[in-house]
Amino acid sequence: MVRLAENKHYSENKATEKLPLPAKVYLPLIQHLGKVCNPEVKVGDTVSLSQRIAGIQANVYAPIHASISGKVAAIQDWPHPVLGRAKAIVIEGDGRLDQSVFSRRNQQEIDKLSVQDLRQIVLDAGIVGMGGASFPTHIKLNPPKPVDTLIINGAECEPYLTSDARLMLEKTSEISVGIALVARCLGVKKVYIGIEDNKPEAIRVFSKISGIELKVLKSDYPQGGEKQLIRNILGKEIPRGKLPFDIGVLVQNVATIYAIYEAVYKGKPLIERIVTVTGSCVEKPKNLWVRLGTPIKNLIEFCGPLKEEPAKIIIGGPMMGIAQYTDQVPVIKSSGGILLMNKKEAKILDEDPCIRCAACVRGCPVGLMPCQINLASERAFWNLTKEYGAGDCIECGICNYVCPSNRRLLQTIKRAKLEAAK
Amino acid sequence: MKDNLIVSGSPHIHKKGSISNIMWAVVISVIPAGIAGVIIFGLDALWVTIAAVIAAVLTELVLEAWAGKKITVFDGSAVITGILLAFNLPPNVPLWLPVIGAVFSIAIGKQVFGGIGQNIFNPALVGRVFLMASWPKYMTIFVKPFDALTGATPLAALKEGKILEHISYLDLFLGKRGGCIGEVCILALLIGAAFLLIRGHLSWHIPASYIFTTAVFTYIFGAAQLFHGDWLFHILSGGLILGALFMATDYVATPLTAKGQLIFGVGCGLLTAVIRIWGGYPEGVSYAILMMNGATPFIDRYTRIRIYGTK
Repeated sequence: MVRLAENKHYSENKATEKLPLPAKVYLPLIQHLGKVCNPEVKVGDTVSLSQRIAGIQANVYAPIHASISGKVAAIQDWPHPVLGRAKAIVIEGDGRLDQSVFSRRNQQEIDKLSVQDLRQIVLDAGIVGMGGASFPTHIKLNPPKPVDTLIINGAECEPYLTSDARLMLEKTSEISVGIALVARCLGVKKVYIGIEDNKPEAIRVFSKISGIELKVLKSDYPQGGEKQLIRNILGKEIPRGKLPFDIGVLVQNVATIYAIYEAVYKGKPLIERIVTVTGSCVEKPKNLWVRLGTPIKNLIEFCGPLKEEPAKIIIGGPMMGIAQYTDQVPVIKSSGGILLMNKKEAKILDEDPCIRCAACVRGCPVGLMPCQINLASERAFWNLTKEYGAGDCIECGICNYVCPSNRRLLQTIKRAKLEAAK
Repeated sequence: MKDNLIVSGSPHIHKKGSISNIMWAVVISVIPAGIAGVIIFGLDALWVTIAAVIAAVLTELVLEAWAGKKITVFDGSAVITGILLAFNLPPNVPLWLPVIGAVFSIAIGKQVFGGIGQNIFNPALVGRVFLMASWPKYMTIFVKPFDALTGATPLAALKEGKILEHISYLDLFLGKRGGCIGEVCILALLIGAAFLLIRGHLSWHIPASYIFTTAVFTYIFGAAQLFHGDWLFHILSGGLILGALFMATDYVATPLTAKGQLIFGVGCGLLTAVIRIWGGYPEGVSYAILMMNGATPFIDRYTRIRIYGTK
């Protein structure tokens, strides 16, 4: 664990704003971990807001919904923030803001919901883990073993990002209601929310909510990693190769909980999310409510004019985010932030030999020796990388961050993980 | 918007720091000990140090140019090797001795293995033991502080059974004794180490376990009767403090984990004490560290950190 320069000051006090509706949205057929969806509309079809437009007969997937109303203009290859390129449904908007299409549920109906009902609602709403992993939430709500502890992840440990922090402040009661709902349906005994101590406002509002035990966490990266969160809140670890439910725990991000609330109470599928637009190049950093599929160009222009031309555009935070090759790429379900870096910040540093200073060893939150795996991986000694536990890497990036020789530790460890999976 | 965006793998931010930052910080940290050496032994100490540094840097430059490798002489690593070699030499040696030692340190101790980060043994100590084996005459004659007379070091006197009534612990601590240039003033060495500790370039594990083990072992076995050894004398004399703080803590040739470093320090302490008490030499710091350098890959193999989720 390391303390990073947070750089959340750019946007942490900016209340969320709604980004004007884009003329076109580009909705990739895959925005989750799992099977790629098939389009359920044809070019030329008229679609209404929140209409389901893609899905598949499979277990692990999440359907896609129209995030604006309009006409299907194309189904084509398009830049994708994670995969480089992927097939996307392009909707040309009709400019209507009408949201009355959602059918609200009343409290009586909600009180009667069983865990199966909840799962179905979550699946139908296309909800995935919004902390970045984008694993379909209905699968997570169906643990093969009973869970007794629910942990709500409000850590938001990535520098710069403030979307979860804003959501916790602006939608406190909705999130609490959502937490109570999930807790009731799953029958858990204990609910925790973990928030880093760099978010005193969020801590203040959540300390008043009954039924949820607030855990104030040190602002150390990667505090919001599932494994670290469980260890630092419950004092226990997930055994190697197991999942949280194996020790009776379920972890959900605050943004995911909010999406569940909207799906259950308002009948609203996952069609928009908060995106932080930030970085030293941005004149007016903002937290924006953005319809999924909106090209990031629209967001950047809305926060402009820029102080300087960005040399690097990252979707996500600076530690685990993905550098983009174009600003045509759309916001998808897992895109929590857009970080613009100037030329100086984006400079790629020369790599020097390892001097065995062990900074990476001390920094690794899962107890690996990254410099050793790096050396073995560079020589393609895959047995050795496995022996050194490359498969346990959570890809947090600390090893690269602390290395005085700027070695590409994480890249070579990722390579070793791919080799091990072969 | 430009379409020539930079695309690279995560993470996208980097902590400030580089090899040269670390190496130059180590150079700064040994300056107090160097100044003390010059005050105690006169300008001879300075000339020996300068000769070693110049020879080390030039050797690295020539070899890297010859091999067509990146020139790294400005990263401070060859400079610190030269300084540490000189610190392990008596102040009154002819100037060709530090030059040969430095050439050997860099060429055989470092560059033949592939340069920075690749050496198995501490290069400065490789140079030192080479000189010790080749020209023992020059390596074992020491001047007394503040005069030109030669005499034995306190450790050598102890080995020969001479009585050392005139040297107090305070004199040893401040460096009023015969010895190598950089090893005599314990106070100056501690100041330098404190600087590195605060900057985060030094961890306490090796120095603490090394010094503690030597103290315990010499206390138990250091005298004719068990548990009567003068452990404080052993800590304050010879090259123990210089070795424990600056030679045994070379990143490259020491273990990676805290546990491994503790084992390394204990090993150094045991070997130093054994050589001092029963060995043929009065001092054993160089050999102890070199032997433990050799054991480092082995120690690393058996002192891995527990991985999350495993027992």
